[in-house]
Amino acid sequence: MSDAAPETGSRHADSAPGDARLGTEKAGEGVGSYVIGLGLATLLTIVSFFVARTTLVWEPSIPVALVVLAVAQMGVHLVFFLHITTGPDNVNNVMALAFGVLIVLLILTGSLWIMAHMNHNMMPMEQLMQMQH
Amino acid sequence: MSAFQAAADGLPDREPAIPRASGGLVSKRVVVGYGFWIFLLSDIVMFATFFASYAVLVDNTAGGPSGRDLFNLDNVALETTCLLLSSFTCGLATIGARTYNGLWFYGAMTATFVLGAAFLLIEMHEFAHMVALGAGPSRSGFLSGFFTLVGCHGLHVTVGLLWLLTMMAQVFAKGYRPDILRRMLCFGLFWHTLDIIWVALFTVVYLMGAAR
Repeated sequence: MSDAAPETGSRHADSAPGDARLGTEKAGEGVGSYVIGLGLATLLTIVSFFVARTTLVWEPSIPVALVVLAVAQMGVHLVFFLHITTGPDNVNNVMALAFGVLIVLLILTGSLWIMAHMNHNMMPMEQLMQMQH
Repeated sequence: MSAFQAAADGLPDREPAIPRASGGLVSKRVVVGYGFWIFLLSDIVMFATFFASYAVLVDNTAGGPSGRDLFNLDNVALETTCLLLSSFTCGLATIGARTYNGLWFYGAMTATFVLGAAFLLIEMHEFAHMVALGAGPSRSGFLSGFFTLVGCHGLHVTVGLLWLLTMMAQVFAKGYRPDILRRMLCFGLFWHTLDIIWVALFTVVYLMGAAR
């Protein structure tokens, strides 16, 4: 135990978020990930704007489609620009991200849910104003 | 315990050793990057609260203009293009800094600054136009939420641009020192995160607002 080999540390060491596993010393290499990210993000953006403006898509499905496209694009940004991956060197980064996403979802769904119920249970504003007189 | 000690003694690293359970050391770059990642996630949580308040207030127009009347999607497409391209050039600047390539670094940073500034100019023009129409932040709950959310993102971009200039000056004055490169790592994370928030923003505020 006292002389446990430290060499596994270098193979499974953590990566900083934003650091790609490059191992290269020349500019120009490592650009590939950013080019792929730019291409995918551009594609998703164009589809988003197309879906929002077109009349070809069934209208009630538009918000759902927009949310799906936005989540997909955020994933593209995380993977290709921020280099957050599922590799063993990224466990801490992914766990922190997962916790952040959990809090964000709780805030959004909680706020919208409770406020929708309050609106539903509220008297219409005109009647409320009359009662105050 | 003794495994950490052995690992710490074995390495000629001048930076303070931070032990890991499996042995081996975490470099300062990883610690700094991870800490800044935690900060960015808390920033995202803050934006989530603004998104939630905007979504709650979006229908409360108080008889005033709604998003459908105000938003110009051509402008938004232009803003999105600027910010997406600036995120890309920021990635190139990160590579330039890591490979000590001055041409890549200064060129990409300048491009990032120009694109970010263009985004900010379009946004300020849009805000001024809305205020001139009488649709300022005090007009209705919807517009209060809108200006808080979008203005907060614009403020982040402004701070990012100042940070960008600082990084160029620091690399110019001090060179590619490890501490400067750590700051550059944090700046890159910050700038990419701003683009992620903008994706949520143009979807929820502009595209859904115009379709509403």
